[in-house]
Amino acid sequence: MTMARTFATRLGLRALGAAVTILLASLLVYGSLFLMPGDPVLALTGGRRLTPEQIEALRHAYGFDRSFAQGYLDWAGGVLHLDFGTSLTYQSDVGALITSRLDVSAPLIAYAASLALLFGLGLALLSAVKGGRVNRAMAVVASTATATPPFVSAIVLLAVFAVGLGWFPSTGAGDGGPADRLWHLTLPAIAMALVSFGVLSRVGHAAFTEELRREHVEVARSRGVGGAALITRHVVRNALAPLVTVIGVLLVSLFAGTAVVETAFGLDGVGSLLISSVSRRDFPVVQGIALIAVVLFVIVNTLVDLVLPLVDPRAAAGRKAAP
Amino acid sequence: MTLTIPRLRAKAARGRRRRPLTLVLATAFLVLVAAMGLLAPVLAPHSPDETSLLNALAPPGTEGHWLGTDSTGRDVLSRVMHGARLSLLAPLGVVLLSLVLGTAIGLLAARAGGWVDAVLSRGMDIVFAFPSLLLVILSVAVFGPGLTAPICVLAIAYTPFIGRVVRSVAIQEGARPYLESYRVMGFGELRVTLRHLLPNVLPVIIAQSALSFGYALVDLASLSYLGLGVRPPDADWGSMISQAQSAILQGSPWSGLMPGIAVLLTVVCVNLLGEHLGGSISGKRSEET
Amino acid sequence: MLQKKEAETARRDALDISGLSLAVSRSGTDVPLLAGVSVRVARGETVGLVGESGSGKSLTSRSALGMLPRGARTTGGVTVSGVDVLGADRRTLRELRRTRVSMIFQDPRASINPVRRVGDYLTEGLRARGVSSREAAERAPDLLDQVGIRDPRGALRRFPHEFSGGMLQRVMIAGALSTEPELLLADEPTTALDVTTQAEVVGLLKTMQEAHGTGMLFVTHDLDLAAAICDRIYVMYAGRIVEEATGASLFRSPAHPYTRALLEASPSVHGEKAVVKAIRGRPLALAEAPSGCSFRDRCPLAEESCAEGVPPYRAHGASTVACLRPEEVAP
Repeated sequence: MTMARTFATRLGLRALGAAVTILLASLLVYGSLFLMPGDPVLALTGGRRLTPEQIEALRHAYGFDRSFAQGYLDWAGGVLHLDFGTSLTYQSDVGALITSRLDVSAPLIAYAASLALLFGLGLALLSAVKGGRVNRAMAVVASTATATPPFVSAIVLLAVFAVGLGWFPSTGAGDGGPADRLWHLTLPAIAMALVSFGVLSRVGHAAFTEELRREHVEVARSRGVGGAALITRHVVRNALAPLVTVIGVLLVSLFAGTAVVETAFGLDGVGSLLISSVSRRDFPVVQGIALIAVVLFVIVNTLVDLVLPLVDPRAAAGRKAAP
Repeated sequence: MTLTIPRLRAKAARGRRRRPLTLVLATAFLVLVAAMGLLAPVLAPHSPDETSLLNALAPPGTEGHWLGTDSTGRDVLSRVMHGARLSLLAPLGVVLLSLVLGTAIGLLAARAGGWVDAVLSRGMDIVFAFPSLLLVILSVAVFGPGLTAPICVLAIAYTPFIGRVVRSVAIQEGARPYLESYRVMGFGELRVTLRHLLPNVLPVIIAQSALSFGYALVDLASLSYLGLGVRPPDADWGSMISQAQSAILQGSPWSGLMPGIAVLLTVVCVNLLGEHLGGSISGKRSEET
Repeated sequence: MLQKKEAETARRDALDISGLSLAVSRSGTDVPLLAGVSVRVARGETVGLVGESGSGKSLTSRSALGMLPRGARTTGGVTVSGVDVLGADRRTLRELRRTRVSMIFQDPRASINPVRRVGDYLTEGLRARGVSSREAAERAPDLLDQVGIRDPRGALRRFPHEFSGGMLQRVMIAGALSTEPELLLADEPTTALDVTTQAEVVGLLKTMQEAHGTGMLFVTHDLDLAAAICDRIYVMYAGRIVEEATGASLFRSPAHPYTRALLEASPSVHGEKAVVKAIRGRPLALAEAPSGCSFRDRCPLAEESCAEGVPPYRAHGASTVACLRPEEVAP
């Protein structure tokens, strides 16, 4: 591991690792049909009354009339062309269905991520710089936020700000343009961001505190560099490396968080689609969302690995000592 | 046989440190919740399923219903007490399973080294980074509703949580000379690992178990909240909140807030304990980053 | 008018620390760290500040930058080129650090931000005082060239981990001198380097300081090194200055028993004294020092009278010394 690797080899290795992960995950997603008790077609249809022609079409689409390997290859080939099959509930293309739901989920995730980053890192920085009482107050806020499950924060926000005070709508994503959507998504985004906010403010606090203590910060101070320049150039910049990893994990967990929050606030997003499809046993949709989750997960993790050396030049050199 | 095994230094450190009040309160609360769950059939003022539409949605403080009633007039306190059983037992199952799996894999990776270690570690990294909630939801899609499959899947999801730490501690501890001296004395590898290494990684395992208990509780409650977990007539805190959803929208939030508070406080207390245990260990042993 | 002002500046000392006492409060009790320290550095002069770790020498040099420990209380005065440091507000201090004083720290690898390029470090001081990035970038290669770094343009784009410790210390020297300061503080600038590099860096430091006419306070635990390059030397023990003399005379005839012990404890480069004598006991901080003369616990010449009070400064030979019996200190 001490061997210095060039950027190209690294990129290649990452891509290979990503491909293997996606391959294994897709095998699992396809193969899970066969894990279900009984005839896979029955599992797939979830007890729906279908015509023999429809069942035969499904049998063919999922390759149950061929060998497992052949079936998988045909299915995977379809997936590569973004053909995830047809939803049994909606009788429509799974890819199109998921894409339409992204109109709600994508802004929701972006909104929640922005809130978590802004307030989490802001609070972390504030408490690291101020210390003392601010620091202790922050620790309480952060650990409470970390321990609050999204469905609990969702009902509290609903009870207080939607029903009690009436400041925000309680259901739906709104359809009156971007401002309306933002207004509708505010409470869900807060509910979703709370845990990430807590985690970020704790991890950020630790990272910032560590960097503040470094000697080069003292040296910069001795040269008359102060205030915002000192914090951004020497503290925040240096703390980015540990933070990038955590932010990657949080982004993926936000995607999972849409399931709970969209259900709680009655939003028609990918998360609530997953939940309704699981309860209605609409397996093609579940498979599609699972695959998208895996791909997203792999993309985020690969991005993190690629960004890290940019953020920390020592990592780029494979921590090789100076000549 | 005059060799003395150096006990983990964290133990001594923990004894010396003053236990803060919050920690005592957290422990007391957890004991209380566990006792409530255990003794629910005896202690609960009402049957959890006793409906009374005349008394529906009574606020907390109502005579005979300290925490109020839900939309079908069932006593919230009794339901929270009974709900504690499944809410605590299921994550306990997760922790016990992942404990066994994680310790075994962690020790195996540490002692075997080489490609075995590489494969196990990379696998644990991948599972670790994938959101556990998504995994349980998908497991329900495959195996249908109920708690058995989610408990097993969560146990796998939390295995890295324990396995990774066990591995790193075991590698550090395993390099100490006293273990080498046992090997020289002719003890088998398995015996050395189980008898002498395991006791030393135990404090870390306990700390990590406490934290993963909290996470598992949240995941399982979320699953029940989504309607994919426990099946009626069984109820846990998550399903209670789910049933209270419409009452919340109609302006009677209490029957949902009470189980919510129960989840929140339990998780806060468990995290406090876990972090304290973990902190007194990592205070002595700088963790890998 | 302007000329008169400049003439006045020329006469002012680069650094004047007079009677500086400093204490911090730790969990309710006062911990004294410095007592009555007076150090003067004229413009263009090299002054050594020598002592063991914990003697307060680093603290003294940092006071010239106004970098005091949190919650420190001070009496006495610190002026840099006529500017009162202790009474200065944050803006004045920042201005002072940007223009008049620079410091070179012990460990270049810890002192230079590892995630920023060398060029960024080099010109940070210039840019902090308002020089445009472009102008700073134009001056940068020349600055590196002066401290003897080959391919300065390429070096500017590299990261600190691509340099050796000695090269990084050169970068730090170039960065410190980039703002043309009147006072250079060098806090053990060679301690973290290997022996051969040490000599090069010290030589470079001396050359640069002479070329720029900068006053330098050279803080070190190495009395031999200080004697070799300094015009005057202050010897510090437990938060006090115990002796002041010119570099040469201090080396020839130490007037304080501690100075003498220090000389005996260092392996001599002059060949004869092959036996290195360790100083009895361990170095003390001011807070743990005994009453009277702080050194009396470790001093071979100590008598009861040494406990009666802090010895006053007196002239002895070429030295000013805080000892009751400097005549008994054999050269």
